[in-house]
Amino acid sequence: MAEPAGNLQFRYIARKRRTKEDRRFVAGAGRFAADIDLPGMLHVALVASPHAFARIHSIDAKSALALPGVFAVLTGDELARGIEPVMSGLDLPKVKRYPLALGLARYVGEWVAAVVAESRAVAEDAAELVEVEYESLPAVVDPEEALKPEAPVVHPDHGSNVLYRRKFVWGPVEQDFAESSHKLAFRARWHRSSTVPIETFGVVANWNHAAQLLEIWASIQMPKYPDQLARALRLPGNAVRVHFDVDVGGSYGVKRGLKHSILAGYLAKMLGRPVRLIEDRLENMRGGDAQGPDRIFDMQVAFDRGGVIRSLKIRALDDVGAHAGRAPLQLGKPVGAIVGPYRIGSVEYEAISVTTNKTPQEAVRGFGQAPTNFAIETTVDCVARHLGMDRIELRRRNLIRREEFPYTIPSGSTYDSGDYHAVLDKALKAADYEDLVMLRDKARAAGNLAGIGIACCLEPSGGNAAFEPLFNPKNETTTWMESCSLKVDLNGAVIASMGTSSAGQGHETLLATVIGEVLERDPDTIRALHSDSLTAGPSNSPVGSRMAIMLGGAAAGAAKKLKVQLIAIAAHNLGVAPEDIEYRGGDVVLRADPGKRLSWDQLVDIAHRKFHLLPPGMEPGLQITHVMEVPGGGALPSPDGRVQMYPCYAFEAHVVYAEIDRVTGQVRIGKYAVGHDCGTIINPDIVHGMTYGGIAHGIGAALYERFAYDENGQLLSGSFMDYLIPSSHEVPDIVIVDHCTPSPLTAFGQKGSGEAGYLGAPAAVSCAVNDALAPLGLSIASLPMSVAVLEELLAAAPGGKR
Amino acid sequence: MKAVDFDYARAASIDETCRLLAGAKGEVKIIAGGQTLVPLLAMRLTRPALLVDINGIASLQGVETRDGAVSIRACTRQADALAHAEIRARLPLLAKALGFVGHAQTRNRGTVGGSLANADPSAEIGLACLALDCQIVARKDGGERVIPIGGFFLGPMTTALKPEECLTEIRLSPWRERGRIGTGFKEISIRRSDFALVAVSCQLVLGEDGVCRRLSLALGGVGPAPFRADEAAKRLTGTRLESRDIENAVASLQETIEPQSDLHVSADYRRRVTGALAARAIAEAHGEAMAGGA
Amino acid sequence: MSRHLVSLTVNGRKLSAEAPARMTLVDFLRDVLHLTGTHTGCEHGVCGACSVLLDGRPVRSCLIFAVQAEGSAVETVEGFAPDPETLSILQDAFWETHALQCGFCTPGMLIAARALLAQTLSPSDDEIREAIGGNLCRCTGYKQIVEAVLLAAERMRRSNEAGRGRG
Repeated sequence: MAEPAGNLQFRYIARKRRTKEDRRFVAGAGRFAADIDLPGMLHVALVASPHAFARIHSIDAKSALALPGVFAVLTGDELARGIEPVMSGLDLPKVKRYPLALGLARYVGEWVAAVVAESRAVAEDAAELVEVEYESLPAVVDPEEALKPEAPVVHPDHGSNVLYRRKFVWGPVEQDFAESSHKLAFRARWHRSSTVPIETFGVVANWNHAAQLLEIWASIQMPKYPDQLARALRLPGNAVRVHFDVDVGGSYGVKRGLKHSILAGYLAKMLGRPVRLIEDRLENMRGGDAQGPDRIFDMQVAFDRGGVIRSLKIRALDDVGAHAGRAPLQLGKPVGAIVGPYRIGSVEYEAISVTTNKTPQEAVRGFGQAPTNFAIETTVDCVARHLGMDRIELRRRNLIRREEFPYTIPSGSTYDSGDYHAVLDKALKAADYEDLVMLRDKARAAGNLAGIGIACCLEPSGGNAAFEPLFNPKNETTTWMESCSLKVDLNGAVIASMGTSSAGQGHETLLATVIGEVLERDPDTIRALHSDSLTAGPSNSPVGSRMAIMLGGAAAGAAKKLKVQLIAIAAHNLGVAPEDIEYRGGDVVLRADPGKRLSWDQLVDIAHRKFHLLPPGMEPGLQITHVMEVPGGGALPSPDGRVQMYPCYAFEAHVVYAEIDRVTGQVRIGKYAVGHDCGTIINPDIVHGMTYGGIAHGIGAALYERFAYDENGQLLSGSFMDYLIPSSHEVPDIVIVDHCTPSPLTAFGQKGSGEAGYLGAPAAVSCAVNDALAPLGLSIASLPMSVAVLEELLAAAPGGKR
Repeated sequence: MKAVDFDYARAASIDETCRLLAGAKGEVKIIAGGQTLVPLLAMRLTRPALLVDINGIASLQGVETRDGAVSIRACTRQADALAHAEIRARLPLLAKALGFVGHAQTRNRGTVGGSLANADPSAEIGLACLALDCQIVARKDGGERVIPIGGFFLGPMTTALKPEECLTEIRLSPWRERGRIGTGFKEISIRRSDFALVAVSCQLVLGEDGVCRRLSLALGGVGPAPFRADEAAKRLTGTRLESRDIENAVASLQETIEPQSDLHVSADYRRRVTGALAARAIAEAHGEAMAGGA
Repeated sequence: MSRHLVSLTVNGRKLSAEAPARMTLVDFLRDVLHLTGTHTGCEHGVCGACSVLLDGRPVRSCLIFAVQAEGSAVETVEGFAPDPETLSILQDAFWETHALQCGFCTPGMLIAARALLAQTLSPSDDEIREAIGGNLCRCTGYKQIVEAVLLAAERMRRSNEAGRGRG
């Protein structure tokens, strides 16, 4: 069991509490997109390109349409006439994206036509009968090749494969490099993996003719989804209703199925019947456009002989695949933690986003921070190795100290609070570090490869998407709000609602707990709902580890307003000033004379029914919508690219023990401990759960998972037989020890934690493997560290088998 | 991922199965456990006109000892074979190998015969059967034949079974040598329940004097089919299985194998690890025998 | 198209319904019987989200055709709870330890756990990890699931002892 959070000043927050949502899931009563069944519903299957790059000359659907049970075959040409293209977040007017390929198929698996039939099976039968005439073109599959002038250009109208390129310089980089006694340069490679939830993306669309309203149920986790969907379908915003009470079977960033939804919406409107599109696993892996960062980091670091790191140069080349999506912006978010948890005075950061003929990326948990943390921690280890210094000691020298907070990094973000040294110490203690060292040395003495990995990483949280205006000055978005609607009904029951779907983060429990805390009412009595896009207040969905801060903050704000209102009603009725009132669990008493009191029910009754007892000017009823902007947000970047990225910074210190089988290259993780500081923890089980899951995901990225392509752009790991997700055998027992440095910026001191574990685990596992290899003089800075890669490395070493 | 449409027949007997196989107008596939067949159907990599379900045939279920040989009916579930007292007692290498097959859920459906008929070059059951000199009984409309396992695996996913034949039974003879039996089974897979990249099965008998009286070694995943390393086995028979003996024997393996590359590991990987893996399997068998036998 | 009448017992209830030969058991449960608690995550037998008990054994229902389940007894997650207002000990233990987040793999995990607890009420950590080793989860990292099974086992042992008059 993880150590409980030590915040005993709260009544409900930070205490053990069952997650409300779990009740329906353990009963098998969740309501996922594939569970939605409407009368007359039709099903979609996709026709996908077998070529990495090809001109589409013709599509013949005659045989497909002749199959009984088939209702329509939609081509890219026809669809493009009826919708607006999806634009990227960058200023790229010539890079357009359509749900079905238009003119050119740009990657293997790209959807070229959609078949609608009475069942999924028949739709698949028909899809096989659609004849597409392709003219295959030379494709580019390697990101460095894609930069060369002679490379095939994935978006010919755009003229090159470069979607974005900018070099930021913050601080006296050249001077710091010149003055440093030591410099190192190396390359780190983060190959393509992704979150790959067990539920694929699915959407149900129904066009209600009578109401002229498109109803949508989707497995969605995406900001501004209803708006973008409406815009693409050329519908007014209030002609689309997205139902947020659909359970999402995991997302961790990637479920942004805009193309699926546009397609389903268009088909539903065209056919006048409900349409359901559920990706099967093969469609999902190739054509779902949900792959993840694929980065080459060229790192340079300048440091002194004492191990103090003075400056960093980072060149990050990211291969986004064939379409822009959200991926280029994933190079921008890490700007907010570009030096990690370290006191590094200057940074040069060159971010390059390129297209290749591969499946597009989507937003992945951490939005680029996990690969960046891997690059930073690898750099720190390289410095330690070079100097022959202990890796922990080196980190201690460079970690920002507690007394230095709030601390502003060269790229303009201020870290709100932290005590990195204390968390590191806790992690080492929880790991029994001294024992681990003995264990490792004993294993080494027996001729085995054993290592301990340490990683210190930040989890920026709060989701201020300042990377949008940073990477695209034409986009002046500085609002990144969240809202909560709260009401108390005539019976005194509390109802709260959010304007987003959830994918397992426990937002209903979050709302109930926070509101219960402020109103001093039992969270079990509070109903938390997911509303729909027409009735909800504004939301930007659970991304960027933001909901504890933003939804929690909005809920707290609403509850505080409600409490103020109740006190005002009481003061008016007791003939005193509000300051004379003491609020106790929803009832109120006169501080000076506790015999004078009003109960919750009485206050509710006055608000709803007794206008004659209401303070003059007060609206009747008890209903509040509170909208909250990101703390510290609301500003545009400076010309040199400085901006406050996310507001709150959680911190994690991982300690991992691993052994490598020197014959087979298999890695076994023997012990895993992590110190985690995300400020006040609202629900320990939920936060710990996401951290365990994030670490499991990170282990996958470090050792097992890769979207592997051949030189022709064919995806080789397109099913679960070849894309290897860690099972209960590959994920060790994990010990979490909590620490709390509250954020000064949030309602209860909470920071985000949705991306916890994943942001540090790949770095930690890499560090452990490198420590195990170190006695052989070997190192590796490329993920995943697969069995094949490690065995090859070991075999090639002096004394190896080659 | 829905299969193509097909006709389905639930066969009530082996005879009926053979008649259906013989009389088929399009491609016929037998479905037993379905753990390998159904994914292929779902991915439309196989498109039979008729599926013949043999799961309900009583005479294809069960394990019995007859004339000193253990007979395993083809549709015996891998889970049942793994738990079966006769197999554990008389065919310890097969029992050990079964523990490596897939996962508990797949073993609840997958069958012994199905695995053999599928002929994956790294499949554990085939490897154990090869090391133990198994006989495979195949029946067709018109007769039955016995195929020694040495001639059964012809290539990747290819066996000597004709399209109209149904594998009905396998027969294995427990070793009769006096002494202590030890078994070793080692495989390398990426995750615990994944397909083996390379696998080695070994059974041996140690005499009272610690000398190896008999040894059988089979390798999987290092060629188009699993095969017996008889040369290496010969080198070890009559020795005390010291490190030197084992190293000498496994060194010879390198020349006999023809591994392939795939997405996960290269041919060179397989070539490099085989010797050490075989040594580990032999050592495990040796250790077991020394400790008093399986 | 080859259609068959399939008669089987599901969660203790005998029923019959038509299915095409190519319809898998999981699709039959979900689309014909409207028991949507069992999920499909991969349709090729790897993720385990489709796990059900077939004649008491945990199997992947995406790898069985509905017609093959003729005459069998199938148990799904919907059959766990003694009544709609109550949860089984195992389900309640999952809730207590927060052995789930998105809930998608959960029915499969419950099936695997139930099968294990039918064999032993004192499973070790390793035995639990082995039992759920064929069920992939992307949310939890498995730890709280292991805790849930240990908790359920303990509660079931205690309730057994109570039942025997020793509690």
